Amino acid sequence: MDETVAEFIKRTILKIPMNELTTILKAWDFLSENQLQTVNFRQRKESVVQHLIHLCEEKRASLNDAALLDIIYTQFHQHQKVWDVFQMTKGPGEDVDLFDMKQFKNSFKKILQRALKNVTVSFRETEENAVWIRIAWGTQYTKPNQYKPTYVVYYSQTPYAFKSSSTLRRNTPLLGQALTVASKHHQIVKMDLRSRYLDSLKAIVFKQYNQTFETHNSTTPLQERSLGLDINMDSRIIHENIVEKERVQRITQETFGDYPQPQLEFAQYKLETKFKSDLNGSILAEREEPLRCLIKFSSPHLLEALKSLAPAALFSRIQKLLCYSASHSQGTQDLSSYVPLYTRC
Amino acid sequence: MSVLRPLDKLPSLNTATILLVGTEDALLQQLADSMLKEDCASELKVHLAKSLPLPSSVNRPRIDLIVFVVNLHSKYSLQNTEESLHHVDASFFLGKVCFLATGAGRESHCSIHRHTVVKLAHTYQSPLLYCDLEVEGFRATMAQRLVRMLQICAGHVPGVSALNLLSLLRSSEGPSLEDL
Repeated sequence: MDETVAEFIKRTILKIPMNELTTILKAWDFLSENQLQTVNFRQRKESVVQHLIHLCEEKRASLNDAALLDIIYTQFHQHQKVWDVFQMTKGPGEDVDLFDMKQFKNSFKKILQRALKNVTVSFRETEENAVWIRIAWGTQYTKPNQYKPTYVVYYSQTPYAFKSSSTLRRNTPLLGQALTVASKHHQIVKMDLRSRYLDSLKAIVFKQYNQTFETHNSTTPLQERSLGLDINMDSRIIHENIVEKERVQRITQETFGDYPQPQLEFAQYKLETKFKSDLNGSILAEREEPLRCLIKFSSPHLLEALKSLAPAALFSRIQKLLCYSASHSQGTQDLSSYVPLYTRC
Repeated sequence: MSVLRPLDKLPSLNTATILLVGTEDALLQQLADSMLKEDCASELKVHLAKSLPLPSSVNRPRIDLIVFVVNLHSKYSLQNTEESLHHVDASFFLGKVCFLATGAGRESHCSIHRHTVVKLAHTYQSPLLYCDLEVEGFRATMAQRLVRMLQICAGHVPGVSALNLLSLLRSSEGPSLEDL
């Protein structure tokens, strides 16, 4: 076994926390049950790692196996990477082809290898028709750097792919091209969504977040179910604005749905607008150039924070605005129809 | 009738009703809970409203005390209070209205100057109380005070009327208010 491969496996295993070690090794499925049983996992980590490397050497682990282990580690620790979303489109008039995984893999690998002689490409298929691709980049003259790979998660039944953001950005166009051609699309576009949480991105992009199904016996009266107040509310407390509250609650529920929101951390909006004024000589209306501004919202969990704005009686039009935009999964839009933005603080 | 009048309804037996008006719903709810925990000979009723005028569809008893809760962190809260004040009849201000300013403890978050609220209370000749409603202990104390005030305003304390209480509270304010 090559020294570099041994070093790579060693560093990968060292990254894995002890409580996940057996799970990940089982998922890797490279070392047999018997071999794993010979390892004493209660020792100090260095000794365990030494033993595992020894077993891998016996079995002659290749670079591919090491890369697979790296993919599995990343799958378990998805949130350590920041993911971008790319959307591919087919050209006009193209037919929908049946997706062939083998052909996709071959094509993808060939394109990358033709452009850059030194790349390591590994694949791992998971459920939901997703394939995880790991690419370690090299150049014409240097070997691939195994410690700064790029991961791509491609859902074959959809035109979306998620890519981990990496420091080697010069390879992004090539990667986009390879993905587009291999999956028989025409064009690839980077969407304005970025997150650590793949599940949230999936929920937003595949529109999985707002499914309110009518249940069979939803006979609980609206007031009890949706006010969200304490159940044992004192009957001596009377809310004067109960009609208004119910309305707000209903709107919130219609916009956001009952289920937990996808975890957005920041949303950025660019606004470019011209002003119109009835009075003559308004400063803003006389500008030649449109007014541009950038608004950025950030929060540990943005959509949940917005969802709780309305019941906290800080209702604002921005909430509806963002829901509209989120459902179109584009963060940048021409918002001139929403001027003026109405905030209450 | 969009204006609240103090004497347009007959009082119910042994009942005292307080109306809390403010934009911070959670705080009002907590204050209401604290008030209801107090021991009181009269039956208490707490009405919570975001602003005035009150919707006419609700059948409500006579209101004995109105407390306007102003959050010093939020200009909107002050604006809301000022607009609601227009819907209160002048005769209410004879001791049956009180201002409560919350959030003074966190000076860095305050966007309304203390003097603004002091001036507001002075204009309407009503007492101004300060309390950080987010702090459990202060809230409980304030709830006690409000319950006592409510009992007096409802006429359940023999010998003391709302107007008496008002002049009592006012005489303890310093002469510096005249400079405002």
